Amino acid sequence: MMQTLTLSRLTKRYRDTEALRDVSLDVAPGERVALLGHNGAGKSTLMKIILGLISFDSGEVQVLGAAPGSGPARAGVAYLPESVAFHPALTGLEQIRHYLRLRGEPARLASELLARVGLADAGRRRIGTYSKGMRQRVGLAQALIGHPRLLVLDEPTSGLDPVSRRDFYALLDGLAAEGASVLLSSHALTEVEARTDRLVILSQGRLVTQGSLSDLRRQADLPIMLHVTPRTGASGRLAEALPQGRMNGTALHMSCGQDEKLATLSRIAGLGEIVSDVDVTPPSLEDIYSHFSRRDGQ
Amino acid sequence: MSRILATARSEFLIALRNRWVSIAVAMMVVFSLVLSAAGSAPTGALGADRLSVTVASLTSLAVYLVPLVALLMSFDGVAGEVERGTLPLLLTYPLSRAELLTGKLFAHVAVLTFAVAAGYGSAALSAIATDSAALAGTPALWRLFWTSILLGAAFLCLGYALSALAQRPSGAAGLAIGLWLAMIVLYDLGLLAAIVADGGGWFTTELFPWLLIGNPADAFRLYNLAASEATAAAAGIGGAANAIPPMHALVSMLAWPVLALGAAVLIFRRITP
Ligand SMILES: Nc1ncnc2c1ncn2[C@@H]1O[C@H](COP(=O)(O)OP(=O)(O)OP(=O)(O)O)[C@@H](O)[C@H]1O
Ligand SMILES: [Mg+2]
Repeated sequence: MMQTLTLSRLTKRYRDTEALRDVSLDVAPGERVALLGHNGAGKSTLMKIILGLISFDSGEVQVLGAAPGSGPARAGVAYLPESVAFHPALTGLEQIRHYLRLRGEPARLASELLARVGLADAGRRRIGTYSKGMRQRVGLAQALIGHPRLLVLDEPTSGLDPVSRRDFYALLDGLAAEGASVLLSSHALTEVEARTDRLVILSQGRLVTQGSLSDLRRQADLPIMLHVTPRTGASGRLAEALPQGRMNGTALHMSCGQDEKLATLSRIAGLGEIVSDVDVTPPSLEDIYSHFSRRDGQ
Repeated sequence: MSRILATARSEFLIALRNRWVSIAVAMMVVFSLVLSAAGSAPTGALGADRLSVTVASLTSLAVYLVPLVALLMSFDGVAGEVERGTLPLLLTYPLSRAELLTGKLFAHVAVLTFAVAAGYGSAALSAIATDSAALAGTPALWRLFWTSILLGAAFLCLGYALSALAQRPSGAAGLAIGLWLAMIVLYDLGLLAAIVADGGGWFTTELFPWLLIGNPADAFRLYNLAASEATAAAAGIGGAANAIPPMHALVSMLAWPVLALGAAVLIFRRITP
């Protein structure tokens, strides 16, 4: 099956900074891919290259089997820029009608599109009077025009309230079910983890890892935190029995590697009546993310 | 073509909202009426009808006003999109940069057409109302009308080129004012000074006519004056007008919008959104 998007060994240099280095990435039809990375990691640069807005120095890019920015690529790709802007003098409806006409779609679909992103009532007001989240929704509405086969969304949920975010991801699920691929960037780890198929982490222009959350969890191999609560009056004996732990007020904190988890738990269970409870905390999403996304010197 | 029309439609709406349509119409009407009222005195002396004299005055007005209005509307054309941040999204649509500029040109030419029609129309009505023979000047008025649109189109396209060159509205506005001063005011002064210095030599007889039609504003003036003896007399530069075939001036007026639009597209292509 042909990939929707193929990047191989993509490198992009701005005058003194290397924004992307040897990035290789494939996106299959119907796949939702989240691009994560620190500020300045190269996410927006990568997206602009895919759209053909900026050139690249070396490597290969294929979008829907064509060159980025070529006719077939433009016809099948929708984009939501990082800070989307529209002419303030036009109304939401007029702006969407304009974009519909540019894609050769009937302009009467505009009100339906605005309704899909929850802007049915504001469509007749000028965009100059819109809030940031409302402008973002106009941006989403234009990205839905004409059943695109690839949606490139740069921080699509920034400025959206929690309910709108949920609606947005529901919208994405529908698009992916119809076979559209989605490449989105985000700083909101929890929502991205739950609603996409694959995470791609960029750090300083390099693709450091990719995979599902459980893949990344395994790769990172971060220690698991254990909190052992002693029975009343038994804290001294517990501290002696588990010398690698650190007594902190009412509980003992210790960590262990993924592969020692069961052995450690059975040892704690073997301590018998001096232990009243055990809490196991796996590494959080943020821990895994910062493990991969470390910048130099951090 | 549908993409050009879609762009033109939105741009016209924007011009309407930004009051450019009303500003342009008001400017043209006010200046045309003032001029036709002021120019009503010497009618009998020249033996021309009232409308032909009005057309002569309007020609001198249009040389200044039409390029100014055109530049005012177009200097924001590319730089405004860059500044607002609307360009990256627009350029991911199946719309070429040439189509985008052509769409803007269609809309702005339409605005200009309204303004010129309203201005000349009101001046013509006031001439016809006071002089029953004035209808004889209708062909001259018609010629002035469509050549004004051509002149405006040339300066609209020059405005887009400057806009793409500057990439910022403030810079583009400065360049537009500079261009207007250079091409409309200083160019003629320079030529005049050169003629005086030359004293009827090679420059005056050989080069000067070409330099004159090389400037779209001078070509516009020449074409309109050459076509009518009476108006040429009224404007006082009949001598220069007679030396150059009107056809050359027309070719210059047709070539300028095309060349300037081509230049604007080329400069626009160099912008990375
Ligand atoms: N036009 C430009 N000229 C020079 N350097 C640039 C330009 N655009 C981006 N860069 C640099 O390229 C690097 C990547 O920037 P990019 O905008 O892709 O980051 P990002 O991952 O989108 O960050 P953020 O999360 O803040 O949006 C940064 O170091 C940035 O300074
Ligand atoms: Mg970014």
